[in-house]
Amino acid sequence: MSEIAISVNNLSKKYGDITAINNLSFEINKGELFGFIGPDGAGKTTLFRILCTLLLPDTGSASLCSFDAVKDYKKIRNIIGYMPGKFSLYQDLSVEENLSFFATIFGTTLEENYDLIRDIYIQIEPFKTRQAGKLSGGMKQKLALCCAMIHKPEVLVLDEPTTGVDAVSRKEFWEMLRKLKESGITIIVSTPYMDEASLCDRVALIQGGNIMSTDTPENIISQFDTALYAVKTHSMYQMMLDLKDWNQTETAYLFGQYMHLTIKDKDNNTIEAYLKSKSHKDIEIKQITPNIEDAFMRLMSK
Amino acid sequence: MKRFKGFVIKEFYHIFRDYRTMVILFGMPLVQIMLFGFAITTEINNAGIAILDNSKDATTQKICNKLLSSGYFKLEANLTDYKEIEPSFRKGKIKEVIIFENNFAQKLETEKKADIQIVADASDPNTASLLTSYTTNIINNYQLELMKTRQLPMQINPEVKMLYNEELKSVFMFVPGTITVLLMLISAMMTSISITREKELGTMEILLASPLKPIQIVVGKVVPYVFISFMIAVIILVLGFTVFGMPVQGSLFLLMGECLLFILMALSLGILISTVTQTQQTAMMISMFALMLPTILLSGFIFPIENMPLPLQIFSNIVPPKWFIIIIKNIMLKGVGLAYIWKETLIILGMTVFFIALSVKKFKIRLG
Repeated sequence: MSEIAISVNNLSKKYGDITAINNLSFEINKGELFGFIGPDGAGKTTLFRILCTLLLPDTGSASLCSFDAVKDYKKIRNIIGYMPGKFSLYQDLSVEENLSFFATIFGTTLEENYDLIRDIYIQIEPFKTRQAGKLSGGMKQKLALCCAMIHKPEVLVLDEPTTGVDAVSRKEFWEMLRKLKESGITIIVSTPYMDEASLCDRVALIQGGNIMSTDTPENIISQFDTALYAVKTHSMYQMMLDLKDWNQTETAYLFGQYMHLTIKDKDNNTIEAYLKSKSHKDIEIKQITPNIEDAFMRLMSK
Repeated sequence: MKRFKGFVIKEFYHIFRDYRTMVILFGMPLVQIMLFGFAITTEINNAGIAILDNSKDATTQKICNKLLSSGYFKLEANLTDYKEIEPSFRKGKIKEVIIFENNFAQKLETEKKADIQIVADASDPNTASLLTSYTTNIINNYQLELMKTRQLPMQINPEVKMLYNEELKSVFMFVPGTITVLLMLISAMMTSISITREKELGTMEILLASPLKPIQIVVGKVVPYVFISFMIAVIILVLGFTVFGMPVQGSLFLLMGECLLFILMALSLGILISTVTQTQQTAMMISMFALMLPTILLSGFIFPIENMPLPLQIFSNIVPPKWFIIIIKNIMLKGVGLAYIWKETLIILGMTVFFIALSVKKFKIRLG
């Protein structure tokens, strides 16, 4: 059994009448790459801020590396690297100045931990004299990641690091995270993109302040307990309306060119019959293996 | 300490990279002092005066000749009665009336003492004060001449009366006033903006989640502005001296020390503002309305406190610039030492401590 890096017990936080997170409990192992997946407003940022000692929980407790997030906040601030959801570096400072500033305030130097960030930094090094505000979105995130880990943190907390970043940079970014994980850093990351879930060791699906499920991506997919169909006809929009009206439909949502559909009936012939009765042409129905997104959609609709 | 140094260096980067603000910061003292300096007419030529000579003797005639030949004054009317004074002012042509008492020369001979009354239209206070001081100077010169020739102590008393604005302020008011306004503006506004900027950009979130102590963040923010504000104070003093001949009668060292104290007070006020505001906009608005207006209007810079309604007079006591203006006016114009201004100094010191204590208490170690 590996060591526990983060442990959260019955954590709740309200803003006025709105419950941001509701009675959360989970544990994250040392060296794990743990993802929180959920839509905007699910409570991810609130949770991360509590873990980073930036907010006080209403009830419950959280600890990082066995330091309490409320009492030992000073110690925690020494061992975490935090990258907020909003780009939070000094726009009027150059890439290099930003890095060395964050190195200094954490009591280290760029040279000392250069090895740790080399792989990432090498990509932005050609622009090291450029002001951070003038970098592209992907570059900004890479720089922010460098700044967050310049002091060799034990826990890296990344709040939506890939939001607003192009697809290629997103992929690169996740590759970097996988590499970082190998050096033994515990990484928790939040994202609204479900497809990124499969890149984590374990994921927690979070919605409306509650954790719906915590497991490895594979297990979450294997929890998918019914047949999933991809359906296509000549008129996708009309089909969407028709399927939503159908009393046999469990979930139906657009996914690329197809609609992904689960039904209460075990027999898939009823789908074709129903669509024909609604005078759809070019009907195409096939059973498919669910991916992580299908699994989440099903969990969320429960 | 190394962390703190790194933080201060970062602050200087912010300041020096922001060219526009830099230009404003250092351009403002120049522009303001020039505006205040030149908008207030310091030269007087051919100002219209009227004379009410109740005595009409050789001495009063001589004094009148001296006044009119100086080039500063032009005789618009010879009055014969006190009742004519008010209407002649109302016509607007004359700025000053000079009144000699009855039997002026005789009194001067026998009692060694005679009175001249100078009545000035102080609806334009600066001109009025210049005119009266010119007039009294000329009369004093004449008096000196008399004393030389006669070897006898004689005294002509020019009694100055300001109409319409009795509490007239000195023209030198603008240098102490400008220093006060600018130091207040730069110190309080710039620190409050620079702290709220970190909040707005989200960098405060990272700073808070770092091992930096709140006190390091706050002091680190303040240090660069102490330098800049101090430089600006020096610029104003040098300009005041070179361009307008504004003297520093008292100790320069003491003056600088008091400036530094006032800067610290304004800075701590700025920090306090930033602890209660979330955006640069609100910080700026608060600095503008809560600080600038009282500084200009209630400190005695432009409007004399003595002329204000009682509630405002009482309120002016909690306006820090009021005390600072008293201090620097005393040092610069009267040349007094700390012994005379320790009370005001102590008040500002007390305010500084109060603001710092309050902002440290209010500074949040967390978000929200």
